[in-house]
Amino acid sequence: MNYLLRGIGVLATVGTLSLLAFSLPSGGEARGDGGDDLMPRLAHKNWQQECASCHLAYSPALLPRASWQRVMGGLEQHFGENASLDPATQADILRFLEANAADSGTSRMGDKVMQRMDRNTAPLRITETRWFVKKHDEVPRATWTRKSVGSAANCAACHRQAEKGVFDEDTVRIPK
Amino acid sequence: MIKRIAWAGLMLLSAHASADSPASFMAHYAQQAGVAVSALSPARGEALYRGEHPGRSGAAQSCASCHTANPKQAGQTRVGKRIEPLAPSVNPQRFTDAAKVEKWFRRNCTDVLARECSAQEKGDFIAFLNQVK
Repeated sequence: MNYLLRGIGVLATVGTLSLLAFSLPSGGEARGDGGDDLMPRLAHKNWQQECASCHLAYSPALLPRASWQRVMGGLEQHFGENASLDPATQADILRFLEANAADSGTSRMGDKVMQRMDRNTAPLRITETRWFVKKHDEVPRATWTRKSVGSAANCAACHRQAEKGVFDEDTVRIPK
Repeated sequence: MIKRIAWAGLMLLSAHASADSPASFMAHYAQQAGVAVSALSPARGEALYRGEHPGRSGAAQSCASCHTANPKQAGQTRVGKRIEPLAPSVNPQRFTDAAKVEKWFRRNCTDVLARECSAQEKGDFIAFLNQVK
């Protein structure tokens, strides 16, 4: 009896899971993201080349379209530095950021960021989003300014596989 | 046939584009400044590299603040990302791409000097880095 119940349970679970997996039109791999703490896997030459010459090429899924428009419209004063681009490259990168932005509905990561987003705001910094703040609420303020970290913009200081888009807790090591 | 000719043309073009070198940039900037290449000065270039200027935050800043005092060493961006060394003797990729060279002069001169650099300054700067062995 017990086994029968358990069997039914297992079958039901497997059934539901596979149903879910097949019914989500853009679930998992097809949507380009593999799980909770994985950035959608994206490739775009200019985004990677230009944004990543100074910092990690932050995932477009971490900010809504309106934010990316603000960021890309102010590259001459990019957080205190001149990051200006030629107009063609700038437009090309913005198109890519918009198409994959948090509110583009193309990634689970974006959905999660948007769940906590105040729709009337377009933050300039990923670190200002409620999603980011909540995710890092256990990190003491002093940790961010350690010399080995520099600032919260330096994801890879603690997320050792950030370059690969991997952000799960197992890969976190906060430097001294 | 046409395809082949077009291909050969493309190869030539790309070979030409990648033929930029520190020397060709020095020639280019000297010409732009209306001086002989021999008039470019590594000493002036070094002064430009090390010269400190009030930054946006008030603290003094120079090229060396990010690129370090020794251009043969790797530097660090403000958010902690590695900057490959500037000296061509240890980083042969430097000064081989005109678009890149112009982009970074434009950005960094505005950041450090609060103005664009002149052709003469760019020539001096490369002249300095090119003799760092």
